[in-house]
Amino acid sequence: MRKIYLDHGATTPIRSEVIEAMTKTMQDVYGNPSSIHQFGRPARKLMEEAREKVAAAINADPKEIIFTGSGTEADNIAIVGGARANKKKGNHLITTVVEHHAVLDAFKALEKEGFEVTYLEVDAEGFISVEDFKNALRDDTILVSIMHGNNEVGTIMPVAEIGAICRERKILFHTDAVQTVGKIPVDVKAIQCDFLALSGHKIYGPKGIGVLYMRRGVRTQPLYFGGGQERKLRPGTENIVNIVGLGVAIELAVKEMAEESARLTKLRDKLIEGVLGSIPETRLNGPRGDKRLPHNVNISIEYVEGEALILTCDMKGFACSSGSACTSGSLDPSHVLMAMGLTHTTAHGSLRMTLGHATTEEDIDYVINELQPIAERLRAMSPVWERFQKGLPIH
Amino acid sequence: MYSDKVLDHFTNPRNVGEIDDASGVGEVGNMKCGDIMKMYLKINDESNVIEDVTFKTFGCGAAIATSSMSTEMIKGKTIEEALDVTNRAIADALDGLPPVKMHCSVLAEEALKAALLDYQKKSGKNLGLNEEDFEDWDEE
Repeated sequence: MRKIYLDHGATTPIRSEVIEAMTKTMQDVYGNPSSIHQFGRPARKLMEEAREKVAAAINADPKEIIFTGSGTEADNIAIVGGARANKKKGNHLITTVVEHHAVLDAFKALEKEGFEVTYLEVDAEGFISVEDFKNALRDDTILVSIMHGNNEVGTIMPVAEIGAICRERKILFHTDAVQTVGKIPVDVKAIQCDFLALSGHKIYGPKGIGVLYMRRGVRTQPLYFGGGQERKLRPGTENIVNIVGLGVAIELAVKEMAEESARLTKLRDKLIEGVLGSIPETRLNGPRGDKRLPHNVNISIEYVEGEALILTCDMKGFACSSGSACTSGSLDPSHVLMAMGLTHTTAHGSLRMTLGHATTEEDIDYVINELQPIAERLRAMSPVWERFQKGLPIH
Repeated sequence: MYSDKVLDHFTNPRNVGEIDDASGVGEVGNMKCGDIMKMYLKINDESNVIEDVTFKTFGCGAAIATSSMSTEMIKGKTIEEALDVTNRAIADALDGLPPVKMHCSVLAEEALKAALLDYQKKSGKNLGLNEEDFEDWDEE
């Protein structure tokens, strides 16, 4: 049977060039980068080379790059550390309702510490409004965090506009760019952010490595304490193997981005039109065109449930994810889909397919062909589909 | 995370469909949590035997599997025997369910009881079921 991985938004396979560099590092270099002897020096050199690669990829200075254990950790150091370090200047923070939980839960923790947080709502396609943002600003606003690209529905937020406003008002601006690095241009000077988080395993690098960009002159507070590594913000002996892997991954991701994103955009649009065209009562979640991440497809197949969809797709060989309650790990469907105004029914029937390097046009044809009978089969046993067909109320 | 039996009942669900002249129909669950089960019973009025049973379910793998299994467990049984089927028995028959999915087996038991309640109303027999024990699936 075919094996098609359409969950690149969750994680990506490690590419061979990265495995090669990591393996070589694991074999040859075991010194502690903090040691000044002949075993430590090569480790330090490899780490600083990787730092330069990361900096070059996002138009930053190597001194502004802090290696962390994950994107989540980078988000936390920026938001929680940034807010605490600037508490004297004010007590108000702004984010959006559609952030990743790495960001949302950090703000929830800050609320418990006494900070006030404004959560910006989004429109039907998942965009915040810059006007809403301006209206939310207060004299005591000290930090803003707005994601670059949404992990569920692919909406690309107007971060450069937000960044310009924050810079003018001297408010710290953090953006979670975990989903955008390697997909669309990420330039910290163009965005005018003070912090930016990215992750290795979304760009064909290893898991367990992330990066916090922190603009020169910006202050945050450490969340962990120990050695002086990573400017004291991420103490602990550096994970050289993962750092080397991330360096290679990000360099290649950015080098190949224009070509690969153009290829994925075509496949994405073919998949969207193919599914919407072949299955009745379906809708695209998130925007169309260049305001959508090139690899993201999120479609609701009405009157069927997401987990049942994923299981059936898996049996047919293709792996996807869903925003249904059963797959979100809670009793509620995805907070992103609900914030966009979807009904529970529509959110439960959402199917996210995220494309990547290995995705071919044949894969897309196969998925389009297979999804139609899958939807038909699940609908045949759905009492909600029956209600719909008989014209009875659904809610 | 699912047992082979759950996957089997999910992939090849038994007794899917509707019964046009059903003796009792029960529908439970709500759209908010994302599980709705509808069960149809065909009961012999004289022998009280459930001669046919079908279901329709909107829900996850466990919801579909528990619906399917519960129909198998009560087909050919008397009403009395069917009333003894617990959610735990349904889950056990599927070689267990993940803890977060146990509510699906509860829903399957409730769908069965709701269908029997409907039969109680239509037939005038007293099966000892109370209306108050059931919630309307429409409520959000």
